[in-house]
Amino acid sequence: MTGHAHLLYRHGDSVVHRLPAHVKVTALLAFVLIVVSTSRQHYLAFAGFAALLAVVAVVAQVPPRFIATRALIEVPFLVFAAILPFVATGERVDVLGLSLSSEGLLAAWNIAVKGTLGVVASILLAATTDARALLLGLQRLRLPARLVEIASFMVRYADVVASDLHRMRIARESRAFEARHLGHLRVVAQGAGALFVRSYERGERVHMAMLSRGYSGAMPLSGAAPATRSDWATAAALPVAAVLIALTLEVLR
Amino acid sequence: MTVQPSLDVKGLAYAYPDGHQALFGVDLTVHRGEQVALLGPNGAGKTTLVLHLNGILSGGLGTVRIGGLEVRPHERAALREIRRRVGVVFQDPDDQLFMPTVRDDVSFGPANLGLRGAELDQRVGEALAAVGMSEHVDRPPHHLSFGQRRRVAVATVLAMHPEILVLDEPTSNLDPASRRELADVIEQLDVTVLLVTHDLPYALQLCERSVVLSGGTIVADGGTADVLSDETLLAAHRLELPFGFDPRSVASDLSA
Amino acid sequence: MHVPDGFLNAPTSVATGAAAAAGVAIALRKARDEMDERQAPLAGLAATFIFATQMINFPVGAGTSGHFIGGALAAVLVGPWTAILVMSVVLLLQSLLFADGGLTALGTNISLLGLAAVASGWLITRAVLAVLPRRQASVVPAAAIGAALSVPIAAVVFVLLFAAGGSAALPFGTLLASMIGVHVLIGIGEAVITGLTVSAVLAVRPDLVYAARGLRAPLALKQADGTVVAPDAEAGQTTRVSTRALLIGGALVTAIVAGAVSFFASSSPDGLESVAETEGFAEAAREHTFGGFALADYGEVGGIPVGLAGLLGAAAVLVVGLVLFRLVRQRGDSVDATPPP
Repeated sequence: MTGHAHLLYRHGDSVVHRLPAHVKVTALLAFVLIVVSTSRQHYLAFAGFAALLAVVAVVAQVPPRFIATRALIEVPFLVFAAILPFVATGERVDVLGLSLSSEGLLAAWNIAVKGTLGVVASILLAATTDARALLLGLQRLRLPARLVEIASFMVRYADVVASDLHRMRIARESRAFEARHLGHLRVVAQGAGALFVRSYERGERVHMAMLSRGYSGAMPLSGAAPATRSDWATAAALPVAAVLIALTLEVLR
Repeated sequence: MTVQPSLDVKGLAYAYPDGHQALFGVDLTVHRGEQVALLGPNGAGKTTLVLHLNGILSGGLGTVRIGGLEVRPHERAALREIRRRVGVVFQDPDDQLFMPTVRDDVSFGPANLGLRGAELDQRVGEALAAVGMSEHVDRPPHHLSFGQRRRVAVATVLAMHPEILVLDEPTSNLDPASRRELADVIEQLDVTVLLVTHDLPYALQLCERSVVLSGGTIVADGGTADVLSDETLLAAHRLELPFGFDPRSVASDLSA
Repeated sequence: MHVPDGFLNAPTSVATGAAAAAGVAIALRKARDEMDERQAPLAGLAATFIFATQMINFPVGAGTSGHFIGGALAAVLVGPWTAILVMSVVLLLQSLLFADGGLTALGTNISLLGLAAVASGWLITRAVLAVLPRRQASVVPAAAIGAALSVPIAAVVFVLLFAAGGSAALPFGTLLASMIGVHVLIGIGEAVITGLTVSAVLAVRPDLVYAARGLRAPLALKQADGTVVAPDAEAGQTTRVSTRALLIGGALVTAIVAGAVSFFASSSPDGLESVAETEGFAEAAREHTFGGFALADYGEVGGIPVGLAGLLGAAAVLVVGLVLFRLVRQRGDSVDATPPP
């Protein structure tokens, strides 16, 4: 599960990087909606979608190896998909001497292609958007203030907790500890509780200072300039192209 | 008509969630315009007391009144007013400077009070001028020296036009020149001051009255020179004067 | 990983999206009562923390591994409504910053980990607290049991969602039995992490544990003249953990387990029997899919073996919970007995 651990953001200066976060999130959502709405038989359409993402990856200067490594996060679901043809009910079909469910094969393809396209698109978003920009974008998208507030504290605390976790792991491993079996959970979990309190107390003093100056929940995120029409147009290129591909290929079929 | 005291603490008792009791019934009154030093050894409960003044800690016994208004942490509107009236400068300036620039940090407080635009800018300008940091307005705080960060921290609080300024160990880690500059700033201010400090000469220089908090209760309250000249009192509560410092002669120099 | 895009069909995704939106909307309203001004940074820290602990993978045998969910832990630390918000924020940021969980599957993921895990974890914790002695230390085993059961419950909800809107017709008897079996084991890991974390926080900062509110012995404060006074502030109030909580928690567990069992009982014998007859499938499934896994064998025939698997799991959890309680009570005694200086 190494995918969890690495923040995907790659510093860069492409067109994609410069787009405001809320524009990118909207475009991502539109694109993925189109992908999941496309019927699984339209194999060419999915190839087209993949090509679009490849174009975005090139424009955003995100290397394929990077995408591939981060996409490993999806493996458990790919495994599940791979099992489906064996386990599903319904009429059977013969593939390489194995009796597989045809419904299962289609279902496996459906899950694999849509899930993978979704993951790759998400990776491209994450690689070109840093956390603070994303929070600002979410606020622009009218995400409820409370959620934005919790999210901004989450990001704030991430540095504190990450550095402490790192130090704790090094300290543990220096004393020849490796989490090998269920019993080792105890050590990890006790360290976890202490870490929680320590991190909280570090942030607590800053929060007290904020409260003392009248802070009452509205985080003053100093805003960048609002999105221009050309920003929206650029971002819309992706979902619009996807729709065109889907329609064209459907027509041709 | 009697003017309400700036600060009126009665019977304040408090224990932390882990069971450790820090205050055992504190009574303290500070009138408007007074400059009072709060002295005491480590662990006496000074910071605990300070955190009660703006409602950050609560839940024990006793009451706190700021200019007549009682501190009731569950009443949000009243609490905001309390936090405008009580300006607390904490010991570590890095806990208080959390915005990208000095300007942003000093605006944070008044912005929370609802100020915007030109009025906000004016407040920021005044506050920074009062602490002598106007030229650093657009710099990131972590580029400043420690003493400068201290002064900016004071400015962040001054910008809210508080009635009473509470400073928690303002001279710790300051070099002598910065210490003197800060003293100049405090002397010129026209607010009530509660100075929590170990720095006994500083207390003598800036505050005509001193209160000693030890073991969670007030054990002395009087003129600073008198308190500092009481050797038995100082010894009983782990307060020590710097080598060669004679409070009596310094006091007479100051008043001369 | 959390559920990716396209895993469930459109109607199911929309339905879970609506459920998630409704749940979060209600939680926003209700969380205001739970949140005093210090809750927001605490919630943010809980979010970071749960995100970090979700990286912990532990082996549960037969080559499968599980990872921590954190719904019950969040509820115990910051309260159930805030916990829904915390889990939702975690899932949202995981999706957008770490490509973990499809954006169109956010509704599904929030329904599973934000609503099902939090609700079941919290209700069961409260139910257990109702029967344990009313003191701070009881929160630890209660949280552990709540955490342990929240995992298989979330798994059951997942299977039901897949039954409704998954891409393929699977023999749900086997799937359900295996999912419950695996997730009961994962639940034990979740219980251990949750219990130990709560215990560590309780020891030092009991004010940071929402579930312990009202269970703290009122602090007797000494005055300067030596008299001792107990404040009538919130810290002193002991809330009655109502039998209603016990009934709701118990009913929830019963309903879900019974529902799952009856679902299995109704659909599987025919489905499995016919497929097994036609294709010798049952054999293949056991070998290819869940073969080495002992408890899966219980799932093959009728209602009782699955129930037995569930009972065994529950019994294991109760044993773990009681052992934890014993251990913590010793520590709890020493903390509660600390006299004021």
